[in-house]
Amino acid sequence: MRELALHVLDIAENSISAGADEIKIRIEEDLSGDILQIMIEDNGKGMDQETLARVTDPFVTSRTTRKVGLGIPFFKAAAEACDGRLTIHSFPGQGTTIDVIFKHSHIDRMPLGDIVSTLQTLIIGTPDIHWIFEYQFNGYAFIFDDKPIKEAIEGVPLSEPAVMKFIREMLESGIQEARENGIVKAIP
Amino acid sequence: MPTVKSLDDLKKIREEALKKQQIKETSGKTEVIVGMGTVGIAAGARETLKAILDMIEKDNLSDIIVRQTGNIGLDSYEPIVQVVLPGQEKVTYGKVNPEMVRRIMKEHVLGGEIVKEYQVES
Repeated sequence: MRELALHVLDIAENSISAGADEIKIRIEEDLSGDILQIMIEDNGKGMDQETLARVTDPFVTSRTTRKVGLGIPFFKAAAEACDGRLTIHSFPGQGTTIDVIFKHSHIDRMPLGDIVSTLQTLIIGTPDIHWIFEYQFNGYAFIFDDKPIKEAIEGVPLSEPAVMKFIREMLESGIQEARENGIVKAIP
Repeated sequence: MPTVKSLDDLKKIREEALKKQQIKETSGKTEVIVGMGTVGIAAGARETLKAILDMIEKDNLSDIIVRQTGNIGLDSYEPIVQVVLPGQEKVTYGKVNPEMVRRIMKEHVLGGEIVKEYQVES
């Protein structure tokens, strides 16, 4: 995978498989601290210590659990190759949080990529999940919560063309605005 | 500066969509499902799903439900797209790229004809 946004999608799929009904995705770009941080937090079934050890180590994966967490070792390796790290906090019954840090300026760091497509896929493709997305650029935040949208369109599917357009434009303009404001702020 | 949209816009969208729905109530909804496991994502499933969403938005196609699901279990055929017309059996397509999406949407989802060339056994 050549984009961080695809890894985010893959990790979020694990949260969906874990039965989560609320998933938060947080991406922070901090140029002065030279950090790109991604957090994915779910309220799914969580993992015990044994499963936790298995999902981060590609060589200990047993056949029956092959499908879940397949992408985590790759994401972890990508972070570690960029002076970063991937950590997982999980406990049975208490959900899972994955926290990934990259050195922003590292030459091998993948681009963030098409985060809007990743979010559209998740929000529209899994309408029963409450999605919260936060994007920060140099301290400027954009927060997207799909709950008020779902309440406002009650009875109409998220895949209604005008609704999809609304969500897409909201994500695109929100991310763009955070970036523009964050860049202005970075200029002394 | 991009315009910030309000939830009032959504309420208008809702009213219009509900009006359209009432007319079509009896026909039911078509479902389009895309497999989004790790193998699928690596093979381009997000771009396939995005092409479906873009076509729905651009051509203003109502009454299609798009869902994504985890691994479908046909790794070598990823990206996988499944189409379920109201009251009909699920049809599975393999190695679906964005160009193939246009044909599946036009011929099967809208026209009711299975695109046999792209079909795989599920």
